Amino acid sequence: MMRIEIVKRPQHSALFSALSPFIALFLTLIAGAILFSILGKNPISALYSYFVEPLTEVWSIHELLVKAAPLILIAVGLSVCFLSNNWNIGAEGQFIAGGIAGSILPVVFPDFQGWYVLPIMLLLGMAGGMAYATIPAFLKVRFNTNEILTSLMLVYVAQLFLDWLVRGPWRNPQGYNFPETVQFSDSAILPAIWPDSGRAHWGFALAIIAAVVVWFMLSRTLNGFEIKVLGRSSRAGRFAGFSAGRLTFFAFLVSGALAGLAGIAEVSGAVGQLRTSISPGYGFTAIIVAFLGRLNPLGIIAAGLVLALSYLGGEAAQISLGISEKSARIFQGIILFFVLASDSLIYYRIRIVSRLSDTALKGA
Amino acid sequence: MTGTITKDGSEIPLLEAEKLTKIFGTLKACDGIDLKIGTGEIHALLGENGAGKSTLVKMLFGALQPTSGDIAWKGERFTVTSPAMGRSLGIGMVFQHFSLFDALTAAENIALSLDEKSPLDTIATRAREIGQTYGLPVDPDALVGDLSVGERQRIEIIRCLLQNPDLIILDEPTSVLTPQEADLLFVTLERLRSEGKSILYISHRLEEVRRLCDRATVLRHGKVVGQCDPRTQTAASLARMMVGNDIHVIERLPAEWTDRIPLVEVNGLSQRPRGPFSVALHDISLSINGGEILGIAGVAGNGQGELFEAISGEVLQERPHVVRIRGTDAGRIGISARRRLGAAFVPEERLGHGAVPDMSLTNNLLLSRHSTDRKMFLTGGVLKLVSESSLASAAKRIVTQMDVRKSAENPDASALSGGNLQKFLIGRELDRNPSVIVVNQPTWGVDAGAAAHIRQALVDLARSGSAVIVISQDLDELFEISDRIAAMVHGRLSESVPIEAMTMERVGLMMGGADATAGAA
Repeated sequence: MMRIEIVKRPQHSALFSALSPFIALFLTLIAGAILFSILGKNPISALYSYFVEPLTEVWSIHELLVKAAPLILIAVGLSVCFLSNNWNIGAEGQFIAGGIAGSILPVVFPDFQGWYVLPIMLLLGMAGGMAYATIPAFLKVRFNTNEILTSLMLVYVAQLFLDWLVRGPWRNPQGYNFPETVQFSDSAILPAIWPDSGRAHWGFALAIIAAVVVWFMLSRTLNGFEIKVLGRSSRAGRFAGFSAGRLTFFAFLVSGALAGLAGIAEVSGAVGQLRTSISPGYGFTAIIVAFLGRLNPLGIIAAGLVLALSYLGGEAAQISLGISEKSARIFQGIILFFVLASDSLIYYRIRIVSRLSDTALKGA
Repeated sequence: MTGTITKDGSEIPLLEAEKLTKIFGTLKACDGIDLKIGTGEIHALLGENGAGKSTLVKMLFGALQPTSGDIAWKGERFTVTSPAMGRSLGIGMVFQHFSLFDALTAAENIALSLDEKSPLDTIATRAREIGQTYGLPVDPDALVGDLSVGERQRIEIIRCLLQNPDLIILDEPTSVLTPQEADLLFVTLERLRSEGKSILYISHRLEEVRRLCDRATVLRHGKVVGQCDPRTQTAASLARMMVGNDIHVIERLPAEWTDRIPLVEVNGLSQRPRGPFSVALHDISLSINGGEILGIAGVAGNGQGELFEAISGEVLQERPHVVRIRGTDAGRIGISARRRLGAAFVPEERLGHGAVPDMSLTNNLLLSRHSTDRKMFLTGGVLKLVSESSLASAAKRIVTQMDVRKSAENPDASALSGGNLQKFLIGRELDRNPSVIVVNQPTWGVDAGAAAHIRQALVDLARSGSAVIVISQDLDELFEISDRIAAMVHGRLSESVPIEAMTMERVGLMMGGADATAGAA
């Protein structure tokens, strides 16, 4: 008889800390292959069209960057939240709030034009995301409300508010009754980085800058130290003289600002107008990105590209294999599942014990 | 009655432990313990914290396996491999800290622990019956969250009695009770004894042991140091047995402080309990000058942790003058500001309070020093960049100074042994040359060599002019280093007694809440 035991490591394993995302990706591929075989597709060619084909053409690499930009921006902010033990699940709502707030200028004042329009839009987007993230932060600090519930529920409020806005007051009067706002004027469009070859806009550059800045804060400054201490042990944090309430606001404001920035960058760079839905679930997928990137902003850049690939792969698989693009969601779920499972290897090791030696031990 | 107390061993005792030993790493928690419990007796297990009482009981109950030694139950040798097996043999245990769910009713809580499945109504009825029989009134339908501590204990005892045990182990049952509740409990226990049940009664309260128990086994440092009939002893003689007479007296220079200005003052500190296991503080006042060590004795859970947090500033006071540090009203300012006044703090719990377990030593150095040593450890102005190099050199200095043994250059705090981590955490504060230091349980769970090192460091700091407050359950330690000793009991602090006038007996009585002058005569 065999028995599998999970034994706590005396010290966390640096090896598995680095290896865990790769183990998770590997297991995801295996699970995906099994999934495709059950659906009656050749698993090798299915995985190829899912994960490799999108990388073989220039235009689709541009699409990859378009999808990676919001994922990275949001996930970088979430890493600050998650490291400090603030479970902000509502980035999707903060993303939408940022998209709406940033669109005020081009939608309500379309004649207001100039080079300064875009910076103001981006700032308004950040402010919108921050304002929306303040709500769960305040409820948590003041009333000890569970921020997972409040931030998640506020997502639906934001989605319905956006829906109402583009069907009602902000609908384009010349838009044949489609639920859309006016197309943004040129000065309100976040330009493409290499306009000759594809759509990738400057939002991706903003994402890289945000990741590097937050990485620097987390790894080099006292502020980052405070985040990590309070996230790991609130009592030791209090002993250090750090305030958990103040940090909750800080974490929610940072992640709200970055999610809001992602929102307005997506609206202004990729869509060009507000619609009833401006996100294929970026705010939720970014949670997976944050964990796959080990809550390290530099790791999050890589993880954001991987998850962006799953969106493209889903579209490609729909075309070439006839599988619903919703399969991308399945892949994302499988990745998160394996990431969290593999992470336990950092603090625990697996030991296989045979019953025989076990009883011998007890008898001794 | 199935038997009588077996004084000569001619009759088979209910439970007999022989040469029971438990080793944790290098620590012998229990060292060859012999214990006999007869049928129908209340047997007291006495000892200071850390004497090995809990370990012994856990082995009897099956929660721990002995390293060596035998346990015989009704004359038959048994290996009790699990608490479930202990229960089926007829050993019931009532823990010091209750394991009840607040959100469930009393009956539901009882149902959870029963091995057989019975309908809730049956359980409620039986619980009510047992409650009436033994004077343990409890409403089975009440939510545990709404019940007082005494009522919760009754549920635990009823839960235990439902298993119909022959031996009931009670771990410090009165430590959470009011005197009136304790009196009710004694009636119940006497009744159980009259029915032939045996009780192993763990306590450090000497008066109640004298009143209640038929026999006592006294443990010290994991060994049995005495067996007696407590009814024939005095509280003072029991205390002497518990703490031992082999006190190591060291030559110590008398304290010679130059200034008579108190460095720490606590004035009328009162505080409500902040949770179910938190202790209220009542009108605590103390004052300590530079150059002296004030020892605060007391059994765990009498408010020492709460006093520590009030002085450290982790819990603020309503009025500023309640805590004064170096002449400044500090009751309303936080721990970082109190540190900047020159105070330093070492809490009882090392991992998770004094240090973050999965952070490196240099990070844990920054933990308590980021505010006082901003110039040394932080650069870059408002950016507050952490200077790893100066942290590393400071950590190295502390490691050398305190002789911290570690396996890696900069290991996680949790990778160090308890003693080495404690040396580091005390060294972290001493490295600042604080003018005030408050240490809670400085050598708890620390091996003898490291303990001596820590005590010497504290004495040296005091002799250099700082004020040192040591909160400790280890009386030997307090006698070795203190200039004055006070005792905490039920959230009150006694007057401090100069070390010259202090005796073991007297402090033992003070810790038990008895009149401090009674034992001095």
